[in-house]
Formats: sequence, structure tokens, C-alpha cells
Amino acid sequence: MNNELVNVSITLNGEKVSAEVEPRMLLIHFIRDIMNATGSHIGCDTSQCGNCTILVDGRSTKSCTVLAVHADETEVITVEGIGTTENLHPIQKAFWEEHGLQCGYCTPGAMMASIDFLSQNPDPTDDEIREGLDGIICRCTGYEFIVNAVRSAAKMMNDDSAVKGEV
Amino acid sequence: MEKMVGQRIKRKEDPKLITGNGMYLDDMKIPGLLHASIVRSPHPHANIVSIDKEKALKHPGVVAVYTGKDLEGKINPVPTSWKVPGMDLIETKQYPLAINTARYVGDGVAMVVADSKYTARDAAELIEVDYEVLPSIANQKEARKDGAPQIYDEVPGNVAFKYVAGEVTDEDLENAEVVMKGSYNTQRVAPSPMETRNSLAQYNPGSGDLKLYVGSQNPHIHRMVLSEVLNFPEHKLHVKVADMGGGFGGKIGVYPDEALVSYASMDLKRPVKWVETRNEHFQSANAGRDMMVDLELAGTKDGKITALRAVNHANIGAYLATFGPGNPTIDFGLMLSGAYKIEKAQCTTYGMYTNTMSVDSYRGAGKPEVTFMLERAVDDFARKINMDPIEVRRINFASKEEFPFTNAQGLIYDSGDYVKALDRAVEKSDYHALRQKQEELREEGRYIGIGISSYVELSGFGPSAVAGAIGFQGGIWENSTVRVHPGGTVTVYTGTSPHGQGHDTTFSQIVKDKLGIPYEDINFVFNDTRAVSMGWGTYGSRSLAVGGNAVGLATDKVVEKGRRIAAHLLEAEVEDIEFEEGVYSVRDDNSRRKTFQEIAKAANFAWSLPEGMEPGLEEQTFFDPSNFTYPFGTHIAVVEVDIETGEIEILRYIAVDDSGKIVNPTVAEGQILGGIAQGVGQALWEGVQYDEKGQLQSGSFMDYAMPKANFFPKIEMEFTETLSPVNQLGSKGVAESGTTGSIAAAANAVMDALAPLGVKHIELPLKPEKVWRAIQKGGAES
Repeated sequence: MNNELVNVSITLNGEKVSAEVEPRMLLIHFIRDIMNATGSHIGCDTSQCGNCTILVDGRSTKSCTVLAVHADETEVITVEGIGTTENLHPIQKAFWEEHGLQCGYCTPGAMMASIDFLSQNPDPTDDEIREGLDGIICRCTGYEFIVNAVRSAAKMMNDDSAVKGEV
Repeated sequence: MEKMVGQRIKRKEDPKLITGNGMYLDDMKIPGLLHASIVRSPHPHANIVSIDKEKALKHPGVVAVYTGKDLEGKINPVPTSWKVPGMDLIETKQYPLAINTARYVGDGVAMVVADSKYTARDAAELIEVDYEVLPSIANQKEARKDGAPQIYDEVPGNVAFKYVAGEVTDEDLENAEVVMKGSYNTQRVAPSPMETRNSLAQYNPGSGDLKLYVGSQNPHIHRMVLSEVLNFPEHKLHVKVADMGGGFGGKIGVYPDEALVSYASMDLKRPVKWVETRNEHFQSANAGRDMMVDLELAGTKDGKITALRAVNHANIGAYLATFGPGNPTIDFGLMLSGAYKIEKAQCTTYGMYTNTMSVDSYRGAGKPEVTFMLERAVDDFARKINMDPIEVRRINFASKEEFPFTNAQGLIYDSGDYVKALDRAVEKSDYHALRQKQEELREEGRYIGIGISSYVELSGFGPSAVAGAIGFQGGIWENSTVRVHPGGTVTVYTGTSPHGQGHDTTFSQIVKDKLGIPYEDINFVFNDTRAVSMGWGTYGSRSLAVGGNAVGLATDKVVEKGRRIAAHLLEAEVEDIEFEEGVYSVRDDNSRRKTFQEIAKAANFAWSLPEGMEPGLEEQTFFDPSNFTYPFGTHIAVVEVDIETGEIEILRYIAVDDSGKIVNPTVAEGQILGGIAQGVGQALWEGVQYDEKGQLQSGSFMDYAMPKANFFPKIEMEFTETLSPVNQLGSKGVAESGTTGSIAAAANAVMDALAPLGVKHIELPLKPEKVWRAIQKGGAES
């Protein structure tokens, strides 16, 4: 085992952060345990559940599957970086309004995956949303209200950009 | 003003959870925190010859290593909390770490405590355990046979208990016009909350207090049981639950792991945290179901069912779980006749020790299993006598005029209108058109199936005297304290323990309607044994029916005390004081009024109170309901089976459920939807796999098929509303109904699709390979 520490620097939710860590440290542990951004969760150990999903350079990434060193010099966005209670991101607003969460544990990962999905497919059908959520396991909701939330967020975001287009 | 109860209110819980401000157990850091990792047996059954912990102890960062021998005499065995009178239970000793013998894959044999979780796991790898492998067995029916491996010397034939409920004689069956036999097994599944189990113990050597954060659905039960296990007094043990990522029954149990972490914290005088990995969860978190049921059904040619006689071999695992003995005997055994008026029913249960993880409550806990048995059997019976399965159900239902209705084994159902829910489901699905469509498609070589399931559930646990009669080691009442602050805002304490169900929102709706104060002025405290005087937790769909009603009743007492203060201040008779929309006023003279906030201040300041009244505005209620509640409904699933591949597509799913008064339709729908996903998951995809010796083969989400979003169509659902007479709200349980109704609906749909091919039975889960094989064999399979 290589115990030599290595420096990892990332931009986390807009802020430059760095730390010396073991090269084997997972990105999810770097974010949660070193940087104290505990909004992203761990639900499995085999990359199935997607509860740890974050955005790395804009693309949704299961952060339990990436070493922190691999993310060096990248831009990372987690649930803490998309909106605040006063100014919610449309995906947050939609999850709230559509009852897209119960225990809330998978929710940050599900929202981050949805943000990337909607950036690729801004006007999806319900079937496409269900396919798009394939990387997420939720045990509470049966998914239907998550699907409603993603559809509602798409509408909000499209209406939003339409308004901006007019200005 | 419109009442809040009954409205679709957005959840109060959500703003923190959608912004990353939730505080789950593993999010917590405490100065000096240590991390534990548990070494588990890789063998289903083995003697522990020796454990070499030297290498681990020398590993930098390791603080302690414990084995079963180290803890002998220091921690007591973890007991079961459900001992049904008359079951001749043989309870074996589950030591927090196995001392001489490991009895399932995942049985703890050592624990490492270190300064980081990486170090703890590294060191766990360094512990060398020398095992002597023993004969082992996983299947409960095999375990009862002569010559089967014996799991305990003191348990002959591996039978932990035998329990008989009801009586059906051979004559009852022999004299019937139609007799049918069938096996209806529900396979073992894993509850699988997305947050695994965990605990964080913090012993304070100065005060002698032990604070334990634990993934628990019932912190007061954890306190009570762990107090015994640890020889530690209840009043010094403070159990709390952080935000929790689901439970589904898997976090009812009091487990060895939290006792170990607590012990280590006391021994090392430092906080210790343990978080289960998903792989560990599959090994060592209580599983659900695993009942093998052989049923005899007697009936008449015109569709009346006259008797049911079942033998249930329930796999209870290597040790008895907290509620383990109760699920097959009471929840399953006493609900044998379901929604039907059947004269006679008998259930004989064998609780079987095997070399597998323990089995405890999982969403529905006995009711999904018995509903699966009964509803599959009703369909088979309908097919046998060539009658539409809807008609057979209609003929046998207890009618709404018969409530309170006493079932074949003596349970008294509170209220019901089974025909109404069935009719709505038939109408909503356009059942008769579906049948016609099915015929047409068969001509084209396409196989669609229509599956019906009409269920009734024992929920809303419940009257405590009954708990005593059935050997549940605790009460099942609920308590609530409503504390009014001087400014008129309110903090409410209650003993149910939410972890996703939305109690904060729905219970606030109840309080808001009664007090008329702003919704934002109501705050709830749950999940804390020091804040909440006593309570029994969240399971058995009891939170609203028992806890929500306790909240309502305590709030009523606050209103009444306020009324007496208002009468005093307004110089009026108490009977003349009206209370509406948060204002006390004198009847016929609205100008004489006091707001609730003014009364709150007057009560807390106590400058002028009625003669003899104590200061303050705070009331507590203990609500022990007179009966359980019995939600019911009918689900209809429509599937298409591709007979070339065995693949099943769910085309439609219709759910009509009745949970009495619905407080928040959106929240209730969420419960039904989640429940259906788990029930259909059991029918079609999920399954914990052991080989015949008990080696675990499904140790991760790669091997265990969790339902995903694209497995389901949109669910078509609605509620009928038949009030319960046993509580103020008229509410019944809702959280388990979706699961209870759906296993049979999905399975019946598949069997209906395959009926023309001669396929009569396939074991759950109905995976494509099994379905394909059954189709190839046709009638030969059954």
C-alpha cells in the first residue's frame, strides 16, 4: 500500500480547495470527510445506487467510483452548489413540489443526475426520464413522483430560458 | 377557513433535504471520533478455533480489537422482543460477537476500532480467524428433515417454535365439494433502505451518560433492549436518531452491532462510529419474508370458500430477530382468511433455525406473505371452478353491514367496504374490456394477463392489552406532549420515529386545524429518548393511526386549558367560551376575545389564572387505541409476457386503497407508490440467494435486483375512504398497503397470462429465465 500523500485540488461549488490525501481515497470521501460537504451520500459499494452522484466538469459522475486524485484540477458541483433554500434550483423546487423525495437520502444524487440528464435532453418524454434515471436507486418513492419532478423541472427550466430569450 | 387535514400540503421536511442540509448519522463528526469495522464469518456454520489479532493490533492507528471471548460476561446476548404465548419458543443466545461458533455468513467474530475508517478496514483484513467448518443448511423445510445439520444442540430438528392458530379438521376438507392444494412461497428479500445501518456511541466518563445515535425506527425500544444487553441503566442511556435514510422494517431490530459500538465507546472512553457497507447489509441486516406455505382450500362449486388450512415453514435465520417470532404466527397466521368470510381457518407455523441471517419485519411483515398466499389461491380456485376471479372475491367478501367483523381466527376488523374498492378498481381498469382484449390478443399469439389482489391488513399497532396477549414485549400505545411557548408558538413531542414518512408535515396539519395558529408556528421533536418521554416507534403502519391521534388528543387538552384561562380573563363561564381560528371569544359577544397567543402568554406568566390552576400551557396524552385498524383495497395489474424470452412488461397497474381518513393525499400516494414498487419488486425481480449450505450469493446490488424507474408504468391510483371508528381522525395505516396488495396482483397477472399454456405455478421472483423454462415445460411444471 502506498501511504505517501498526494495533493488534490478541485474547485468545489465555485471555491478552490485542496488537501493532501492518500492516493486511494475515493472522491466521495474527499468531498464528505475532508471538505465537509456531506450532502452527497453513499448507498452502496458497487456503483449501482447513484446516491453519490455529483457533477464533475459538468457531467454526472458517481463519486464513489472515482479516486480523488482522478478529479484533481476539475470543477465539482454537489447539491450544496446548485441552490439555497432562499433561491432553489428548478430541480430542487420540482422535487419539493412534486413530492419527489421521502427519506431524502438518494435525493441529492437523483437531482444531480437529473440536472445532467436535462442538459442533454431538455424536453424529455416520461419514458426518456425513466431511462435517464437508470443510474439511481430510490427505495422510498417507487420513482413516479421523481419522474414528475424531472418533468416539472424541465418545464420550469424551459420556461425560464424562454423568458431569458425574450429579454 | 378550510381545514388543513385532507389537503395536499408541501412537506416541511424537504427544504433541508433538497439543499444538502440534512444531517444523517455518517455526516456527524465528533472530536476524538474512532471508527469501527466488524470482521464477519465467511462460513455459514463454523467453530471458531482461534483468532489471531496481533497483526491488527500492531497496525498504526488501531486502538482496539475485540473478539467474542474478550466480551464474554461483559455484554449480554441480544434477545428477541416477541414471544407468543403457547409457541414453546426455544430462544438461543445471540452474543454480540460469536464466542465459539459462527452460525451464518456475516455473523460477527471480531471488531476493530481505529482512528479512521480506512485504517479500521485495513486492520480488519489482518485478523486471522481459524475456523472448523461445520455442516450447514439454508432451507427451512430441509432443516426440519431427519438427518439435517443441527444448528444448536439444544434445538432438536432446528424447530425454534411451533404455533397453531385456529382449527380445521380433516373432515372439513374431505366433505367439501372442491378441495385444492398449493404451495405459495414468498422468497427472502432484503429491505434495503438506501442508508445502511449505522451507530455512533459517545460515552461521557464524567457524567456516566451514554449517548447513542443509531439507525432505528424505534429509539425507545432500542434504549429498553440495549439497557439490558449492556447492563446499563435506561435513564443514563440517551438514544437518538439522526435524519435517517429509510428503514422498511430493517431498522426495527436491535442488533449486535450497536451494542458493540456502545461497549467500545465505554471501554475506550471515546466516541465510536460504525457504518455498515452495502455488502455487510446483505450479510447482516435482518431480511424479510422467507415463508414456505402449503395451503389446503375447501370450497363449493359455486365459488364459496369454506375452509383454509395452512402450514407455514418460516425461516427465522440463525438467531431470533427482535420481532422475528411474531410475523409468521400473528401477522400471517391470524390473517389467513383476509377480506373473506370463511368459516374455518387454521395456520400451523414452524419457526425454523437455519444458517442464514435472521428474518424480521419487512414492509407489511406477514401480511404481504399471507395476502400473496390467499390471493394466488383464490385465483387458482376460480380457475378450477371456472369462475371469474372478480366474482369469487365478491361472493366471499365480508360485507360492509357485518362490521365490526370477526374473522375466522378471532381478529375483529374495525370497518370496511371491500366491494366498493373492488368495484372502483374494476371500473377504473375497465376490467371487462381488458378481458375481451386479452382474448383478442391471444388469437394473435400475444399473452397478456390480468391479476387481481384484494387485501386487508392488520395495521395501526395497536391496543397494548392485545400486545400483551400476543407476547409482544412492550406496549403499543403512543404519547404526545404539546408545549406552548410564551409567544404562542408550539413544540410537539411524540414517540413515533419518522424517516421519510412525512410526520412533521401531516402531524402539523392536525395541530394547525385544532389551534388555528400559523402552520409555521408548529414544530415537532421526534427520535429522541430524552426529549420524548416514551414511545414505541414507527412500524406496523401505526404512526398516524396511533401517534397522529395522540398528537390530536394532546392538542385538544391544550385547547381546553386555554378555554378555562380565557373564561377567567374574560369573566365568562367556561361553557360560553368558543374557540375558532385561534381566537377564544364569548358566545354572543365577539368583542370579548383573547387570541391563542394572548392565552399562551397569560398561562406562562401566570399573573392571573383560575383558582387552583397550575401555570404553563403544556399537555400530554397517552393514547392506547381500542383496536388495530384494517386498511384494505383492490389492486389490478396488467402484464404482457413475451413467451419467446419470458420477459414481463407491466402494461398497467391500478390501485384502489382505503386507509380511512387521508390527512395529506400527496404523502399518502407517495406511501402507496413506494409500497407497490417493493411488492412488485418481490414478485418479479428481488431475491436474497443462499446456496443450499447457506453461502450468500447475493451480496451486492450487482446480484440483487433492485427495482429501477424504467421497470414501472405510471400507477393509476385512488383512495376510497371508509373511516375507522377506533381513533379520532378515522385514519388507518397506509404505508404497508401498497406492498401487501401488489405481490399477488403482479404474480396473478403473470399466471393469468400463462394459463392457456398450461403453466400453473412458478416460484417468485418471476424472472424471465424461470418464466421461459416454465413455458417450455408447459403443464409439466405444475
